[in-house]
Amino acid sequence: MASLITCPHCGARPKEEFTVKSAALPRPSADAGEAVWFDHVYLRDNPRGAYEEYWHHTSGCRRWLVVSRNTATHEVADARDASEARP
Amino acid sequence: MTSYRLPTGGLVDRTAPLSFTFDGKALSGLAGDSLASALLANGVRLVGRSFKYHRPRGILTAGASEPNALVTVGTGGRSEPNSRATMQELYAGLVATSQNRWPSLDLDIGALNGLLWPFLGAGFYYKTFMWPGALWEKLYEPFIRKAAGLGRATYESDPDQYEKQWAHCDLLVVGAGPAGLSAALAAGRAGARVIVADEQAHAGGALLSETATIGGASAPCFAAAMVAELQSLPNVQLLTRATVFGWYDDMVFGAVERVQKHVAAPQAHRPMERLWRIVARRALLATGAEERPLVFGGNDTPGVMMAGAARTYLNRYGIAAGRKAAIFTTNDSGYALARDLEAAGVELAAIVDSRRQRPSDYRGKARLISGAIVTDARGGKSLSSIRVSHDGRTEDISVDLLAMSGGFNPVINLACHRGGRPVWSDAQGAFLAPESLAGLALAGAANAVTGIAACLADGAEAGARLAAELGFAAAPDSTPSVEDDIIAAPTAPLWSVPGSKVKAFVDFQNDVHVKDLGLAVREGYGHVELAKRYTTMGMATDQGKLSNVNAIGLLAQVRGVSPGEVGTTTFRPFYTPVSFAALAGAHHGRHFQPVRKSPMHDWAKARGATFVETGLWYRPAWFPQPGETHWRTSVDREVRNVRANVGLCDMSTLGKIEICGSDAAAFLDRVYCNPFLKLPVGKARYGLMLREDGMVYDDGTTSRIAEDRFFMTTTTAYAAGVMNHLEFCSQALWPELDMRLASATDQWAQLAVAGPKARAVLSQIVDDDISDAAFPFLAAGEVSLCGSALRGRLFRISFSGELAYELAVPAGFGPAIADAIMAAGEAHGICAYGAEALAVLRIEKGHVTHNEINGTVVPSDLGLGRMVSAKKPDFIGRAMLAREGLQAPGRAQLVGVVPLDKADAFRSGAHILAAGAETTLENDQGYITSSCFSPHVGSSIGLALVRNGAARHGEEIVIWNGLRGEITRGRLCAPVFVDPEGGRLHG
Repeated sequence: MASLITCPHCGARPKEEFTVKSAALPRPSADAGEAVWFDHVYLRDNPRGAYEEYWHHTSGCRRWLVVSRNTATHEVADARDASEARP
Repeated sequence: MTSYRLPTGGLVDRTAPLSFTFDGKALSGLAGDSLASALLANGVRLVGRSFKYHRPRGILTAGASEPNALVTVGTGGRSEPNSRATMQELYAGLVATSQNRWPSLDLDIGALNGLLWPFLGAGFYYKTFMWPGALWEKLYEPFIRKAAGLGRATYESDPDQYEKQWAHCDLLVVGAGPAGLSAALAAGRAGARVIVADEQAHAGGALLSETATIGGASAPCFAAAMVAELQSLPNVQLLTRATVFGWYDDMVFGAVERVQKHVAAPQAHRPMERLWRIVARRALLATGAEERPLVFGGNDTPGVMMAGAARTYLNRYGIAAGRKAAIFTTNDSGYALARDLEAAGVELAAIVDSRRQRPSDYRGKARLISGAIVTDARGGKSLSSIRVSHDGRTEDISVDLLAMSGGFNPVINLACHRGGRPVWSDAQGAFLAPESLAGLALAGAANAVTGIAACLADGAEAGARLAAELGFAAAPDSTPSVEDDIIAAPTAPLWSVPGSKVKAFVDFQNDVHVKDLGLAVREGYGHVELAKRYTTMGMATDQGKLSNVNAIGLLAQVRGVSPGEVGTTTFRPFYTPVSFAALAGAHHGRHFQPVRKSPMHDWAKARGATFVETGLWYRPAWFPQPGETHWRTSVDREVRNVRANVGLCDMSTLGKIEICGSDAAAFLDRVYCNPFLKLPVGKARYGLMLREDGMVYDDGTTSRIAEDRFFMTTTTAYAAGVMNHLEFCSQALWPELDMRLASATDQWAQLAVAGPKARAVLSQIVDDDISDAAFPFLAAGEVSLCGSALRGRLFRISFSGELAYELAVPAGFGPAIADAIMAAGEAHGICAYGAEALAVLRIEKGHVTHNEINGTVVPSDLGLGRMVSAKKPDFIGRAMLAREGLQAPGRAQLVGVVPLDKADAFRSGAHILAAGAETTLENDQGYITSSCFSPHVGSSIGLALVRNGAARHGEEIVIWNGLRGEITRGRLCAPVFVDPEGGRLHG
């Protein structure tokens, strides 16, 4: 994993300040059906390469971010505020 | 013992003698000495016993790669085992102790292992100690651990402070030798922010051991001038005693600075070590090259030393490491030592050069034996002679110092920390750094450049180039002229010598010798990663800095392939060992696990509370009264008093979250499974929060203070988690909602006043009307207190099942308002009660906590199914809660449990079995989640999650605690033991 994450509000900060949640996926609508919800809650792709995750700047500005990182190279391509980067 | 210190020379301060001890013996060195150089100056050659064979070992190197001279430095809490004597600066009063020997270094019983060596080869342990397996833990492993060992860690705590620090720079230069210093100057002069880190006490690297003249000055003087200029530049920071140990993602480098490891009396206000994390836009490795040992019989005898190390002891410390020396070399670097030894007047018996070609420019007096090898070194605890083989003849030469040089390995460790593999170069006879490293370059000897002038030029060029990449206009200076530099051009490696009679060591620290590697290949472990694990080569604390390349060369030789084909094992941080203390920094003891104190902490302490740790919090568990000697006596009294009179309990540790905004109600409606949209202002409601998978996450009460303002409480344990969760919901899921969250846990002191007389007590404190008509059950709102002295928030909620209120006041007023309540309650028999009584009261009432909310229960399992809104279109967990299995019969459901015999007791965690069932886990039907003695019922009671429990009230069951062998007959019942109609709540 990256050593630094560039928070859009705080700048480059050590990863220890952040908490990762999970893949940044859109929340299905309430009536999307059991299969879609099961997929959303339990099934995850595990790609080699680009991946978007929710990270919380827990020990910083306490904003949730969508962090795009490469699982193979550990490179962080982008980190946006989750409110502006809805998957 | 006469001194080996020469009358002149070296960078040591001859006016500043320092006394120290080694194995209790008083010795003396000089300021500027390393422990190793001071030992050598005193003629101490035997400094340790080897790991496996307990062979006598001496000082092999003068730097970070030392595999032999490992000692314990310091005493008590400051003692540090496995310290490399070569890296430890001498200070007055230093206490050093040898390791891995018994009863003494000189007479070591473990050395008998050396006689058994034919049986102790690679893989010996695996082959010999196979059966019976049970003996491994009890017999074999303790025996092997005792016999093969390093130093022992102290059991005393470390008295010193450690700290961590971040730093940012344009260019990080690792290593302050000729290449590093000239690179730093080139970039620093151009204005780049430069950090230079060097593991030695003084910058200069190889220049400090050099006798060449640079620009008319001695090499150390030239280095000092470069350092002085660097220190004059405000944009350059020079860190000495700082080892860069790892290269991590995003150009972050880890370094450990030994701030006070060289100090006789460490200052309390300064750290012992400092862990740096350095963010660099560019980095330059100017880490130099490591001299390669030669693999011949007895090459581990004390008195055999690396040629470069012998030169360092001579030129930097003014020490002749022997009275009569020989040099065994494969390249010209041996001649630099030969020249310097002769200039210092040390007798040089022979130069044994493996090459046929005589170097044309050697002018010394020593006998030069070309095309020759040393096959064996002899002498046991101190070298006495070497056997030289040349032209089919052998001869013994008596010497007490043999300096060896098998060529050089560029120090490329850091360049390989992020996955790059080293590349074998036939031309250099060495592994070089991977190509195309983003952001990182190498210069000087690390870049396989040889010679001082070339290293200075290479460093300057690299520094200027890297600075230019970052937009700093930099031009390398012209390189000064260098005289008397003996440049060792690369030569073909000599992996082993034929005809050795005794063991020839490859890995000194782990006692791996040539035959072990041959055995590994024969037994099918020829792959470098397998050979490493089979023989343990490169797995000692030195990580094979000296041995790995030789081992690879030997494997290549046995397998008949190129070293490039064998390849290297993986380089990983740390480059050299880093202390746990440095990694922990300030995070130890209470700084690692801080104490959280409620604003009522001191108030409770003054009333004699016994505290219990819950997470980071310290909560009052009970308040013993005079004469109470057992905790149960206190807790039973507190419980009875709450049920009969009134009690006061600190609830401040509950999580508290302020939620405001025009969409705050809509937000709560989505995060709770029960409705909140239409909660009236002035009302509190119990809320149940689910996870997205439908399981219960947390519970608590939330009150509407105003149309657009809510006050939420969470459980103590999940306060932080709920806050994170709510922030996620508001920011990531529904950013369009107009609302904001603020944690208010620490802002409020919150007190529960519970019991039939609660209103009578509180009405003396609260100015507003709190009659049942004006302030009924679940009322909530701001109130005036103590004659308008203070405003607080009052909630008519009850965890105990009694008439109860919770009063929140600004945190600092908590103790004062508690005093006022206690005074008002005195006539009503009020008592303070703690977390234990609180637990008993809630179990009696059947209120759940995270004992019951265990991550596998849905609301209906807890009897709370009717809370779940059927009307709300969406809330967290709604979709997945609808899954068939979560509503299916057979799920574990909340029940109460009582023993058939009131004298019987049971514990939380015990299993519930059907009456008459055999006590096996197959018959398990659930377990006790909470239990206590209930003064109200007069026996033990419990809450349990039991299969189909809701339909089984009245059924006799067995409570089985297999761990303690306890079997109790009991009966399932409704999970409410007190006032099931709720009359008391509404009183």
